[in-house]
Amino acid sequence: MEKFTVHSGVAAPLKRSNVDTDQIIPAQFLKRVTKTGFEDALFHGWRQDPEFVLNQPHYQGASVLVAGPDFGTGSSREHAVWALRDFGFRVVLSPRFADIFRGNSGKQGLVTGVVAEDDLEKLWGAIEAAPGIAATVDLVAKSVSIGDLTVPFDIDEYTRWRLLEGLDDIALTLRDEALIAEYEGRRESWRPTTLPVRS
Amino acid sequence: MTENDSALRGRTLAEKVWDAHLVKKGEDGAPDLLYIDLHLVHEVTSPQAFDGLRMAGRPVRRPDLTIATEDHNTPTLNIGRPIADLTSRTQIETLRRNAEEFGIRLHSLGDLEQGIVHVVGPQLGLTMPGITVVCGDSHTSTHGAFGAMAFGIGTSEVEHVLATQTLPLKPFKTMAITVEGELRPGVTAKDIILAVIAKIGTGGGQGYVLEYRGSAIRSLSMEGRMTICNMSIEAGARAGMVAPDETTFAYLKGRPHAPQGADWDAAVEYWRTLATDDDAVFDAEVFLDANELEPFVTWGTNPGQGVSLSESVPDPSTIADPNERAAAERALEYMDLRAGTSMKDIPVDAVFMGSCTNSRIEDLRAFASVIRGRQKAPNVRVMVVPGSARVRIEAEAEGLHKVFEEFGAEWRFAGCSMCLGMNPDQLAPGERCASTSNRNFEGRQGKGGRTHLVSPLVAAATAIRGTLSSPSDLQQGDLLRSRAGEEVTA
Repeated sequence: MEKFTVHSGVAAPLKRSNVDTDQIIPAQFLKRVTKTGFEDALFHGWRQDPEFVLNQPHYQGASVLVAGPDFGTGSSREHAVWALRDFGFRVVLSPRFADIFRGNSGKQGLVTGVVAEDDLEKLWGAIEAAPGIAATVDLVAKSVSIGDLTVPFDIDEYTRWRLLEGLDDIALTLRDEALIAEYEGRRESWRPTTLPVRS
Repeated sequence: MTENDSALRGRTLAEKVWDAHLVKKGEDGAPDLLYIDLHLVHEVTSPQAFDGLRMAGRPVRRPDLTIATEDHNTPTLNIGRPIADLTSRTQIETLRRNAEEFGIRLHSLGDLEQGIVHVVGPQLGLTMPGITVVCGDSHTSTHGAFGAMAFGIGTSEVEHVLATQTLPLKPFKTMAITVEGELRPGVTAKDIILAVIAKIGTGGGQGYVLEYRGSAIRSLSMEGRMTICNMSIEAGARAGMVAPDETTFAYLKGRPHAPQGADWDAAVEYWRTLATDDDAVFDAEVFLDANELEPFVTWGTNPGQGVSLSESVPDPSTIADPNERAAAERALEYMDLRAGTSMKDIPVDAVFMGSCTNSRIEDLRAFASVIRGRQKAPNVRVMVVPGSARVRIEAEAEGLHKVFEEFGAEWRFAGCSMCLGMNPDQLAPGERCASTSNRNFEGRQGKGGRTHLVSPLVAAATAIRGTLSSPSDLQQGDLLRSRAGEEVTA
């Protein structure tokens, strides 16, 4: 995974709450068996509307999405993260994220920063005062700046560390292989096994 | 979940299950490493995970703790023929190749054990108290009904579990949802959970494991408990749990993969220790009075936008929170509803009886009990989709399929079906559906489709009257509107 420290890019305001993963990527796009190439699927329903924010010329090439509360609710589909990433987003800011979505994001290098609701309004205000303006997201300082405005964001420390270091979870866990084997050695015999098949 | 003071006080059910799966306690802000007892796999969220293993040259660590089914993409008609949709077929074929290559048990379309992954696990007796269950599907929370810690994961985590049989996780907070009292006739588990979500909101459970407690929960069957735990995710919670009790043990005993002999005795003895200790403390608590509950339905485009069936479509201008208000306005526009309209005056085009929320045998029996001897409303399309091939067989053995067919409903093969727009069962744009599924998101049941989430009993009454209804709304006139020339017994 690529390391993430500071990123600057066009900020786009998504002024909706409860943006669920069915809106981020509708189910028909989940049939693909690849992990890339989902950019066309992002917000597919909403993008049919020419007025939709990401269709507006100012926000072309946006890489920082500033969204309303409860972003990423619903399905566990990691495709939602792949679609945001493939479209070019590196950061999503929102006052609240759904747990599974936030976890998926951290594993794909997409920063999910939690901002205060008051600050969200300020960020939206700053973007709309100068559409197309860039946001600078500093993962070291945990802050986002747009023009003169700088507000803090929150992200859990472990995810932040992994993003800063660009570390892969599986490799990290496999360092503890001996502990896993030891656990398996004391696992009770009543616990389920799928094999051999019983009927 | 395992705070330092945990030795000083009692523990919750969730904390006990968590602690029993600690491979390594996280230090300095690192997550705990948790062992996973059971990994359920389906075709949608697994292909990229298997690809990741292949690229890294890693095997599946424990094929014997892994089981796969085909459910999301599968058609519910003509299941003997090749799947018409090429991308769906590719995804199914990819799962079959991956299962073969990595030695994973797979129940394919047409197999006796095929079905929705969250129906299959419990039915085989693989889901049991005190275990950890994961699946690349948010409705994995279903399995918490047994007192398991069960939660949905993303594809990167699927790969992680395949490779290591563990997951690095930060402890969840705990929330008690206590439902006391006795449900009125016609009020079911589905109404409880829809009311809970409306009360705490779609984000209210974020970061929490919910534990459902109280006399109304204790009196529910396993099917009812599964319906409730299933929709925990719709309140934003990762997991929902119910402490195991005699109902749980009775459901489990004798199932193919349930423990046997001495293992069974040891397991039950342990399972009895799992209930939350009297002196345990939850991070949050919510109370609901079961006596007050009525059949509950959604009016909007998230599962928290619901009201009692006897109420009206709410007026967004009365909502204080600006984001909630904007969401409600948008929802009414999408749903083509006007504030103040009585919920019972809303006509539907379709009724969907199925999904991992409500497709078990008890759900089908409940639906059948209302429609038996009646005729569906002429303009309403009714689909009944069992959750698994076994449920289908069981229903047919009881003659339920005849009840459905005589009613005018389509009786299908097992799968996720019209819960989500990934297979041929979809709403047309603008169509309105009373659905026993779990999500009323925009376009969830097909592009432009409009969804009202309901219980099986409400679905059945709605199919008869053609407008959102509960069984208590049925008139004698609805009885025995049999097809001409057919003898129907009530």
